Amino acid sequence: METFFILLFGTAAVLFAVLVIMVRQPMRAALALVAHMVSLACIYATLNVHVVAIFQILIYVSAVMVFMVYTIMLLDDRDASFQQRFSRWVYPALIVAVLIPVSLWLLPNDSSALVAPAGGPERFTFAAFAFDFMKTYWFHFELATVLLLIGVLSAWTAVKEGLDG
Amino acid sequence: MDKYQFLITLAGVIFSLGLLGVAVRRNLLVVMMCLEIMLNAVVLSFVTSASRSNTVAGASMTFFIYVAASCEIALAMAIVVLLVKRHATLDLDAHQDLKG
Repeated sequence: METFFILLFGTAAVLFAVLVIMVRQPMRAALALVAHMVSLACIYATLNVHVVAIFQILIYVSAVMVFMVYTIMLLDDRDASFQQRFSRWVYPALIVAVLIPVSLWLLPNDSSALVAPAGGPERFTFAAFAFDFMKTYWFHFELATVLLLIGVLSAWTAVKEGLDG
Repeated sequence: MDKYQFLITLAGVIFSLGLLGVAVRRNLLVVMMCLEIMLNAVVLSFVTSASRSNTVAGASMTFFIYVAASCEIALAMAIVVLLVKRHATLDLDAHQDLKG
């Protein structure tokens, strides 16, 4: 059953990623991107990594996509780049895009390199993850909050400088 | 085939699709979305590794990727709005005068 769900949501994720590239209107591309992210969250939930599935929905699908949708609403949808979608790099980019997954497919599958420690999927429950996370990565967490603050200040400064200049 | 090998290959396919979108699309907003697809592929590979090795390290790293992605999108959207204000277009070819 797990394999079936991984195949189902994996196929959906690839299809929606293709849609993001192919559709003409940015709002439709944004909706396809939301569906792509939800498909990936379903894969994480199938793998019992529920914490990351929740992060994926809360941060990516909610916060990041709200930014995207607000920006799309601010801009004009009659732009020339909507009519001529693709650049002249289509064929070289297609060759590179095919070579990357093929090279990954051909990698030798040596699972003996990873020795799993004790503990099952319950290691990724929210409580267990939060305990492990704050015990080991508390300093990185503080750094991440500072990075977020710098990001917000930088965005505010960029907009202010742009409006003044 | 092992399900973890399938997921790593899936991450590679999704990363390639994102890269393809960044290379071929001319619309600035869609290019940003394709960058998010590439970040999602990286998250998928981290989660696969975490699930395979049953350690918290990979899952913790995804949290930091989410933080970086949030900062990146906040800054990038501000820059996109300013670029469109300056050049009045979302076409990437119109922004070739940018120098680092």
